[in-house]
Amino acid sequence: MEHFKAFWKRRTLLWELVKRGIKLKYRKSYLGLVWSLLEPLLGTAVLTVVFGTLLGRGGKDFPLYVLCGRLFYGFFSSSTKSAAKSIRVNASMIKKVYVPKYLYPLSSILFNYIITGISLFVLIPLCAYCGQAPSLHMLYAFIPFALLFLLTYGCGMILATVTVFFRDMEYLWDVVLMVVMYTSAIMYMPGKIMESGYAWILKYNPLFGVITNFRDAIMGKPMEWNYLLMAAAYGIALSFIGTFLFYKKQDDFILAL
Amino acid sequence: MGKETLIVENIGIRFNLGINAKGYGFQDMMKKFFKAGLKKENEFWALRNIDFSLERGDRLGILGLNGAGKSTLLKIIAGVFKPTEGKVIHKGKIVPLLELGAGFEKQYTGRENIFLYGTMLGYSKKYLEEKYDEIVKFSGLKKFIDVPIQNYSSGMRSKLGFAIATIANPEILILDEVLSVGDGRFRRKSEKKIHKMMEGGTTVLFVSHSLEQVQRICNKAMILEQGQIAAFGGIEEVSQIYAQMLEESSEKE
Repeated sequence: MEHFKAFWKRRTLLWELVKRGIKLKYRKSYLGLVWSLLEPLLGTAVLTVVFGTLLGRGGKDFPLYVLCGRLFYGFFSSSTKSAAKSIRVNASMIKKVYVPKYLYPLSSILFNYIITGISLFVLIPLCAYCGQAPSLHMLYAFIPFALLFLLTYGCGMILATVTVFFRDMEYLWDVVLMVVMYTSAIMYMPGKIMESGYAWILKYNPLFGVITNFRDAIMGKPMEWNYLLMAAAYGIALSFIGTFLFYKKQDDFILAL
Repeated sequence: MGKETLIVENIGIRFNLGINAKGYGFQDMMKKFFKAGLKKENEFWALRNIDFSLERGDRLGILGLNGAGKSTLLKIIAGVFKPTEGKVIHKGKIVPLLELGAGFEKQYTGRENIFLYGTMLGYSKKYLEEKYDEIVKFSGLKKFIDVPIQNYSSGMRSKLGFAIATIANPEILILDEVLSVGDGRFRRKSEKKIHKMMEGGTTVLFVSHSLEQVQRICNKAMILEQGQIAAFGGIEEVSQIYAQMLEESSEKE
């Protein structure tokens, strides 16, 4: 309760930091925030041409399929990366003014979340393009989107803590992200793998679970609750570990910066 | 608590040089993370048995040679360092101005930094909007306020930092060497401002290498020597001791 009060007192600062993230990301670019819509569209176009047209995979709704996965993975990768760096990048501030330190990783995850939230609007024209009629299932899409935040927050806090003492984590994480990307079935249909003996590789990847459910919701299919439950369990466990680890080690950050 | 605004209770901070030592092996990393196995002989107390209190409107000058622990003490009071033992009790808001330039975002313009840094110091947005013109006027940077801070000189940065930090009357103001950077004119202006704040009851902690400046601003002083309080008391008495100390140490050489 006391922690919550302290957090509430700092909400304006959290918002200032979130604003800084968004502003600096697009500073000096000509199109600015429009890129948050344009980038997923162009990226989806490239992947559709490569995997759909050239390799002949997927059907008419393949662009929509790719976009859902890309938006989720893109958020996960860019926010965990910026959370990992957040303490190092803000070292000069941390050394000069006392501010609760969790605001740095938290704000870097939040600003990416907001940008991704804006990017989600791209789904509307793409649904129209792919002939996806609106359905009630779409309302469920917020559940995987919320779980995605929980997962990212947990990973982000763990990374932020570990990276202070172990800088190599930033580079190591890039490799991990690559594994996550290929096991999340973003650019391919998982059908074949799911029938093989390697299905567990995807099943135990919580990001695969949230992406699959989000995509199902958008494409008008019911939720697969067992995936959602697993992702929720991962999310809660990671968030708990991340918060605890950060809380325990935060006073030592300044000595290692 | 009586009239005291700041009570420093028996503070000590221990550093282990090993945590910053070069060691990129896996074992070294693990040691740093778990703080286990760091060699005891690398440990030293940067500050120990620091115990004092200040009342409303006191201006404490902290004197001492390089490495005596002056900045470390200010950082502990500001909350940037956590002491290994002891605690700091304070009434009201502390505004720290440590080293030059404050915690600015380099890619932000002066204007944006006023709001970011002001919020970090705990001022509300509305309050900053009200005081914005005053801050800009005091810093004398009106022409450059929409230029990114990375193009500012260090003097300009500390002017802006000082202007933001001193816009309200915080209960406690911490100044580490900040007054020695700006040009003469700004220095006089900021000294005047500090005097005005003191009349408003702000307690000031002040580190400077210029004894003369400390004498001009402070009513109390403290000498730190190798992390311990060597003297504490009225400015007259302590500055005499300090002058003597400096003489003795130069005689030794």
